[in-house]
Amino acid sequence: MSKTLVEKIWDAHVVKSEPGFPDILYIDTHLIHEVTSPQAFDGLRKRGLPVLRPKQTVATADHNVPTLNQLQPIKEELSRYQVDMLTKNCAEFGIELYGLGHPFQGIVHVIGPELGITLPGKTMVCGDSHTSTHGAFGAIAFGIGTSQVEQVFATQCLLQQKPKTMKIEVNGTLGKGVTSKDIILYIISKISAAGGTGYFIEYAGSAIEALSMEARMTICNMSIEMGARGGLIAPDQTTFDYIKDREFAPAGAEWDKALAYWKTLYSDADAKFDSVLTFEAEDIAPMITYGTNPGMGMGIKELIPATKTQPEKEQLSYQKALNYMGFEDDSSLIGKAVDYVFIGSCTNSRIEDLREVADFVKDKHKAENVTVWIVPGSKQVEQQAKNEGLDKIFEQAGFQLREPGCSACLGMNEDKIPAGKYCVSTSNRNFEGRQGPDARTLLVSPLTAAAAAVTGKITDVRELLTEA
Amino acid sequence: MKKFEKLTSAIVPLNIENIDTDQIIPARFLKATTREGFGENLFRDWRYNGDNTPKADFVLNDPTYSGRILVAGKNFGCGSSREHAAWAIQDAGFDVVISSFFADIFKGNALNNGLLPIQVSDDFLAEIFTAVEKDPAAQLDVDLEKQTVTILATGATAEFEINPYKKSCLINGYDDIDFILNQKQLIEEFEQKR
Repeated sequence: MSKTLVEKIWDAHVVKSEPGFPDILYIDTHLIHEVTSPQAFDGLRKRGLPVLRPKQTVATADHNVPTLNQLQPIKEELSRYQVDMLTKNCAEFGIELYGLGHPFQGIVHVIGPELGITLPGKTMVCGDSHTSTHGAFGAIAFGIGTSQVEQVFATQCLLQQKPKTMKIEVNGTLGKGVTSKDIILYIISKISAAGGTGYFIEYAGSAIEALSMEARMTICNMSIEMGARGGLIAPDQTTFDYIKDREFAPAGAEWDKALAYWKTLYSDADAKFDSVLTFEAEDIAPMITYGTNPGMGMGIKELIPATKTQPEKEQLSYQKALNYMGFEDDSSLIGKAVDYVFIGSCTNSRIEDLREVADFVKDKHKAENVTVWIVPGSKQVEQQAKNEGLDKIFEQAGFQLREPGCSACLGMNEDKIPAGKYCVSTSNRNFEGRQGPDARTLLVSPLTAAAAAVTGKITDVRELLTEA
Repeated sequence: MKKFEKLTSAIVPLNIENIDTDQIIPARFLKATTREGFGENLFRDWRYNGDNTPKADFVLNDPTYSGRILVAGKNFGCGSSREHAAWAIQDAGFDVVISSFFADIFKGNALNNGLLPIQVSDDFLAEIFTAVEKDPAAQLDVDLEKQTVTILATGATAEFEINPYKKSCLINGYDDIDFILNQKQLIEEFEQKR
């Protein structure tokens, strides 16, 4: 029988399927971090249970860590306690931890792929909604709550309803200055912040196939911003080349065996999806969000849609969002002054993102009115950036290169955007207060963020790109 | 897990769409390592000013409204997977959340804690908001066994869907770990045959 990629991987991991019940799904890899795990460890202790498969569990500290002076004790008491708890829990339950100071430490969705832990065909979960990132390798990867973290600790399985499947095809060639971040912001703006709920999305089409692994991760990462728990891309030569020789990737005979299996991981030609959407790459411009959910996005030169063009029941919420942002119907964002630029997060903090920004800002300087933070996704990304001399370019441009963590994406540590200030951000959520109480977030690609950093205002990056 | 069967209660209306889990409980309050105490920061930035004084116009600060049922606009609970959102709602005294659409992860987290998410049609949701506009003390009757929610003032009833397994978990107070652990043998067999 023909199957979609999701069905192939799902079916290979079903321990038990019974009508009227969710499937018992086997989980290959469980990633954990300091914020959503402590209550799950507590639960295990209360039940007197061990972690069933500690070797299939990997931990890092990322959400609540400082991005300056990481080797000093964490100043804030609650944060320090939470990170210490992770260290204690991992030691008690026999879990490998890449904590602060470890060369593998970083944002959980950056280190999984770069260490070769993320592989095609795997089932992967983490107590974090952006676990969908790992789907870029052709894995079933999704975010879970803390009760489910405890469930995976105890059983290496999850009770889970098989999701519906959606295929999103993007065909054609991206224009100058348009990147994978723009593709996903565009898709979300078209189908809304709830348009993918209940589905796992498979991204396909020539524009997706042409992307690097890191660019694919950006797309899959934001699947959750349209409500889809998972998003994935069939593995191909780009995938295999990326994985080969990474720290924990299979090697030797194991590699050959794995590769043979990975090559079977695609949706059959006549497989049925519950929903199919198609977009053209040529229609996509550099994107920016103007509201307080990621669905409120537009091409950077467009005008903010008027409230009256929204469905009647949604107008109140829409107006509330524009009020929060300090924006008006039918206005343009071009030329609007910005206060902060944040380049980081599990969406856009990988070495290619940093290279793209460095390439653009080389021999330029940030505008006076802007504070620019670059927060690399991992220690390895940070080191690589230094090896390539990107740190020097950032320094000359007046950008602050900090240490790895989730940082101002969610403002859980001290990296907060002050109230009322505008932050052009490469992260994934523009929710009210996401980057700090009353902070205003505009989501963009790293390239558009770099342009805003240099000009100090919202800028169409295409106008600053020289012909190569 | 907390059991749930029936509830008759007044409601707290929050007619806003796309309420994300960062609104329900902002990230800076996720530093606790236990499940308790998140209720005091539920909807923190809508509920309090920067100087921690309550915002008088926010529904949770309005003594006119009370009850154990939170009613909100569509796509409730989108965004972050933080289960702290479900804990905060429960800790603040709610047993039921009603919306016309829930984000997946939030819905699962709520069910795993005995907080009942009830999805109704856009029209029925509007009827509930109208009823509470007319009378802030308007009550709803929720019957999990029958899978119905009724506006007592008008008698209007809607049926809601829930997975039969999750329904039995709520009624009996069982959780998923109990269920899977009873089948541990199957997990080991699965691992061996791979």
